[in-house]
Amino acid sequence: MFSPRQRSRFPVPPGTSRLIVAQLAGRATGSSETKATTMLAFILKRLAQSLLVMFFVALIAFLMFQFVGDPVHQMVGIETTLEEREELRETLGLNDPVLVQFSRFVSAAATFDFGISYQHKKPVADMILSRMPATLELSILSALFALAFGVPIGAYTGLHRNTWLSHVLMTVSLIGVSLPTFLIGILLIFVFAVILGWLPSFGRGDVVDLGWWSTGLLTITGLKALILPSITLGLFQMTLIMRLVRSEMLEVLRTDYIKFARARGLPDRVVHFRHALKNALVPVITVTGLQLGSIIAFAIITETVFQWPGMGLLFLQSIQTVDIPIMSAYLILIAFIVVAINLVVDILYYVIDPRLRSARNTEARP
Amino acid sequence: MALLKVDRLRVEFPTRHRTLVAVDDVSLSIDAGEVLGVVGESGAGKSVTGAAIIGLIEPPGRIAGGEICFAGRRIDCLPDDAKRRIRGREIGSVFQDPLTSLNPLFTVGQQLVETILTHSDRSAADARRHALRLLGDVGIPAPAQRIDAYPHEFSGGMRQRVVIALAICATPRLIIADEPTTALDVSIQSQIIALLKRLCREHGTAIMLITHDMGVIAETADRVAVMYAGRIVEVGRVRQILRSPNHPYTRGLMESIPRLDSDSARLAQIDGTMPRLHEIPVGCAFHPRCPDASDRCRENRPALRMVDDPAAVACLLFDDGRADG
Repeated sequence: MFSPRQRSRFPVPPGTSRLIVAQLAGRATGSSETKATTMLAFILKRLAQSLLVMFFVALIAFLMFQFVGDPVHQMVGIETTLEEREELRETLGLNDPVLVQFSRFVSAAATFDFGISYQHKKPVADMILSRMPATLELSILSALFALAFGVPIGAYTGLHRNTWLSHVLMTVSLIGVSLPTFLIGILLIFVFAVILGWLPSFGRGDVVDLGWWSTGLLTITGLKALILPSITLGLFQMTLIMRLVRSEMLEVLRTDYIKFARARGLPDRVVHFRHALKNALVPVITVTGLQLGSIIAFAIITETVFQWPGMGLLFLQSIQTVDIPIMSAYLILIAFIVVAINLVVDILYYVIDPRLRSARNTEARP
Repeated sequence: MALLKVDRLRVEFPTRHRTLVAVDDVSLSIDAGEVLGVVGESGAGKSVTGAAIIGLIEPPGRIAGGEICFAGRRIDCLPDDAKRRIRGREIGSVFQDPLTSLNPLFTVGQQLVETILTHSDRSAADARRHALRLLGDVGIPAPAQRIDAYPHEFSGGMRQRVVIALAICATPRLIIADEPTTALDVSIQSQIIALLKRLCREHGTAIMLITHDMGVIAETADRVAVMYAGRIVEVGRVRQILRSPNHPYTRGLMESIPRLDSDSARLAQIDGTMPRLHEIPVGCAFHPRCPDASDRCRENRPALRMVDDPAAVACLLFDDGRADG
């Protein structure tokens, strides 16, 4: 949307009548068509930014091949002759100019072709795809856990901030924020797997193969195996969401429209959960969306603690063997997921907050 | 019988060091269909009095004394749920800033319908019809097109009309309008005042009009109560008070209104500022700024006394019954 300030910056040749200027400005600001266009422009702009980010990530991922050791050393044995090494170098395209290699790398990555793993001699894309369901199931379940507990607890502590239960919850949440993830994981394993023996300490349990997706959600052992890793990964996010919801609730409860809602005689339930909570959740949606990206990225630690066969564990193993194709593919994929989530969150903002949503045509302005 | 009767109301705000008295010994009454103006500087206790009547004083503030009767029923010590039923249904409210009074995430239609449904047994469709009628009533052009718009799509004046529509959803008998025009342009102010007056006339609604603007009072109110430092210092018919104010503070207020027919080059002003709640002086709260203050004003707190029925004034100058103001 054009602000009045911008409107006055319309290039006006000297002598143009004010009326025409007004008409020009009116045409540019008034119609709903223009507003739909500005929304489209916004999305395109964010898309361009995302592409730029992806370009730089691809550049870094590509440069790993150049600097992190010679891949040929990793692939061959001691008895391989220099001629054979040179031949391998040629077939891998390592002798081409850097720019040619880079463009080849980008166009291959764009079609989800990340080359062959040095170590496993299998296509990297297939390896990552087979590990992806494990990571995504764990991450999404963690996010759901964080939301399902974080929002109600945050709302409760915001509404009843001087009860003893609120004080207890706030203190416990402080512990959740400050304890490192791996420590929480180890503690949970110690209590629930070692002492009590209720839940498994590692692995996914039995998984059901749905062709392109292996899920642990359909078996009892699969579900049991998900509990501890999900809590470990989601606990920090839960306390974060809880504290955010609480502070937003306190903020919103002070606003005039909440006082006016009370003055209209609306019941507390409606004032708290319809009017206050909805407003408090607007920023929570952004944060949760962005956190989902970091949950997926930081699943590495939880996957290591629980030996969870996801992408993060694959990445760590590939670092140990300097399997650069897997490392760079993981880097690009994680960056892509985070960037895509950011984009979706930005667009979601438009859908939730009518003040930003500019699709509607309005004419009544002072 | 008076519709609203506030008797010796006292509102306190406990703080860490001491208890602040925001409203002290305030008595007032409003008849059905009457417009009572409550005027005073900010911090005089006008809004707190209004909040006390609808039972919405911000904690830790509390009513520490006195009683509030509405339509013959005492309402200040009712349970929360009963107080809530009075709000909106019996006593409507209009707040100062229309830009922040409406929830930005709901359409005005949704906010109207939820209020209507809270206070009546109408069906959802009927509530929406009533909402449309109300929007038309408060002068929103083309209500059918505007009902599904969000608050940010309305101008300030239009939003205040929506707020008024929300206040009259259940045809309350009293509306407490707390600075309803302060946040608006002058040209819009008179429209809103005219709207309030028309609604008051059509439905017989009484209005408690809280403002610091003497002009608004002069134009709208039947009677006026002047508040200073948590107390009512003068009350009476608007014309009476405008023509011959008794209390030195009211006189100062009147003289500080610019007049076109006056020759004086400078506006008169009251020296000093109103004391803050923690430094209200003993004796008459106004004595440090009063041109007529004497020694006894520093020691004795004047009570509100009838001088010329129905005018009453709280000033020691009038304690012996003489009205030499």
